[in-house]
Amino acid sequence: MLDSHSTQEINATIHALIAEHQHRPGALLPLLHAIQDSIGFIPEAVYTPISKALALSVAEVHGVVTFYHHFRTHKAGQHVMQICRAESCQAMGSEALEAHAKKCLNVDYHQTTTDDAITLEPVYCLGNCALSPSVMMDDEIYGRVSAADLDALILEARRAEAKV
Amino acid sequence: MVTKIYIPRDSSALAMGAEKVAVAVAAEAKNRGLAVEIIRNGSRGLYWLETMVEVATSSGRTAYGPVKVKDVPSLFDADFINGKPHALSLGVTDEIDWLKKQQRLTFARVGVTDPVSLEDYLAHDGYNGLKNALKLSGADIVKIVTDSGLRGRGGAAFPTGIKWNTVLGCEAEQKYIVCNADEGDSGTYSDRMIMEGDPFVLIEGMTIAGVAVGATRGYIYLRSEYPHALAVLNEAIAVANKAGYLGDNVLGSGKAFYLEVRRAAGAYVCGEETSLLESLEGKRGLVRFKPPLPAIEGLFGKPTVVNNVISLATIPIVLDKGAQYYADYGMGRSRGTLPIQLAGNIKHGGLVELAFGATLRELLYDFGGGSFTGKPIRAVQVGGPLGAYLPESQFDTPLDYEEFIKIWAVLGHGGIVAFDDSVDMAKMARYAFEFCAIESCGKCTPCRIGSTRGVEVIDKITSGKDHAKNIALVRDLSDTMLNGSLCALGGMTPYPVLSALNHFPEDFGLSQKN
Ligand SMILES: Cc1cc2nc3c(=O)[nH]c(=O)nc-3n(C[C@H](O)[C@H](O)[C@H](O)COP(=O)(O)O)c2cc1C
Ligand code: SF4
Ligand code: FES
Repeated sequence: MLDSHSTQEINATIHALIAEHQHRPGALLPLLHAIQDSIGFIPEAVYTPISKALALSVAEVHGVVTFYHHFRTHKAGQHVMQICRAESCQAMGSEALEAHAKKCLNVDYHQTTTDDAITLEPVYCLGNCALSPSVMMDDEIYGRVSAADLDALILEARRAEAKV
Repeated sequence: MVTKIYIPRDSSALAMGAEKVAVAVAAEAKNRGLAVEIIRNGSRGLYWLETMVEVATSSGRTAYGPVKVKDVPSLFDADFINGKPHALSLGVTDEIDWLKKQQRLTFARVGVTDPVSLEDYLAHDGYNGLKNALKLSGADIVKIVTDSGLRGRGGAAFPTGIKWNTVLGCEAEQKYIVCNADEGDSGTYSDRMIMEGDPFVLIEGMTIAGVAVGATRGYIYLRSEYPHALAVLNEAIAVANKAGYLGDNVLGSGKAFYLEVRRAAGAYVCGEETSLLESLEGKRGLVRFKPPLPAIEGLFGKPTVVNNVISLATIPIVLDKGAQYYADYGMGRSRGTLPIQLAGNIKHGGLVELAFGATLRELLYDFGGGSFTGKPIRAVQVGGPLGAYLPESQFDTPLDYEEFIKIWAVLGHGGIVAFDDSVDMAKMARYAFEFCAIESCGKCTPCRIGSTRGVEVIDKITSGKDHAKNIALVRDLSDTMLNGSLCALGGMTPYPVLSALNHFPEDFGLSQKN
């Protein structure tokens, strides 16, 4: 991810992505997704080149980035853990799970652990409501998650980091 | 002989470890020198039994579940690949009562076929609908859809045929078909199951819509929380393009239809159709004023059909079997079937597709088996975060759009979320306001400001501060939101709030009803 790249490399990546997407109808969202997929977040430095390529104002680009919960303007930890806060998961004890996660990780939502391993985010339904409560770790969904399952997920994420 | 083993690639099955089970089954078969073919199907929707593994035997597909990795060696020891008994045996899949009692029309193939095999799709009646449609005029296709009685399954229940007719009647050099796959409602996952379990049925439905109204371009606006659905859809679209079911010349008809998936970015309001169109255009998802209707001025200002995944995925069977076949199911003005999703605190959560008319009680107890915790079900929320909470006294209401309106409730996208008696309904009302505040697009004041005020007022009520005054204030505020909001996010947040207050006054420090 970001750490392993130089600024020039990032610039090159972003310009390549802009070139790839700019002529698509409604290009901004696919472009922002591509940037976030590739470098992990949307740095403010990209607003100007994007606005030029798509004939938008910088304020418009900024407005779009901040409107959508999915886009992050700051680098996340090595893993993103999302806990579902929506009704079905509440009916199955997600509130206790949230409290447990915040305590174990010693962070609140939208924060990253001090070892940079995990960023904690809320999410509103993962479509796994028959097996609530649900948690998403990066791109993987987990169902019927207990506090012990959550501990195991955290441990696994941290262990994976330690190896890198 | 190679034995076919089915292990789902559905997100909820994966959430219960289906990937690891598939790996373990493959490894164990290899160790034992057995020839097996593992097919990654969709889910049959009996989610409490995931990971459900099926084996094709001479007496039909036989199911085992819930299978964990540790069960795999014993399954092989028991000779499950010949359908022999094991502690996890569920018998012949089609004979499982829970499935047998259903009327699966839209979901006929989900869990049955290999989602990305066009061959399998064709062998199970796939593309019969499109082939029929290509022999008809646009007006005739629209008439069949209208006569089927199909109403939009995304929430508003607007007749699909009438919407298509408006787009058909517009003159434009470009028209669009947009599939609303934002599925933001808590307690719903039927769109996801279709996209992961039978993507071709959605592709076919959108193609028929394009042929009917003269649209050559389609977009699937897919929520970003569904990475597995994205992968399956893109795989299936590539297959359909290559085989000539999409592209410049659909099945040699001379008609073009291009289809693309666009990822949403985690805003609930973008499920609202005009906000969705803004988002597809690359803007903030601010709700548009109506008129103009999207059917007349939709995506990039062009005539656009916006339909939910289930609405579009139901089109192929209507065009295959005819309007009357579909309309024969259901009650009153709710024709056909509804894919119901059982969620929350429920023992047997999963997908139940039934003709309209079954009661909530049948769903919750005959299918759902009561609560997961074994305690009494105290409340259910039907229709997502903007749907009303219903108490036990309303569980005999039949699932029918009009019957629900009569009790100031909505069916929405067909999600039913159960809560046991540990639920605090004042907390749920507070959450409804909180969710509205988080997700408000900000365009109108009652929604943007009212929702935040609502949270504060509920807090005052639960802490007992100026109790009577604040109860009156919640009602006032709800009234303002009901009447003064541009879209249903602000306009329907009062449904969960007031239904909680009216049916469960004791949770708000008021004496019980009556
Ligand atoms: C706040 C809000 C969120 C919505 N979310 C969805 C959604 O996720 N999926 C959906 O199909 N319709 C959703 N709708 C309804 C759409 O506006 C629209 O009615 C629907 O896509 C039309 O398709 P249909 O006629 O096939 O139901 C939402 C509406 C509102 C007000
Ligand atoms: S009701 Fe809320 S979400 Fe809907 S348009 Fe108004 S501010 Fe936006
Ligand atoms: S409400 Fe949590 S997964 Fe749907």
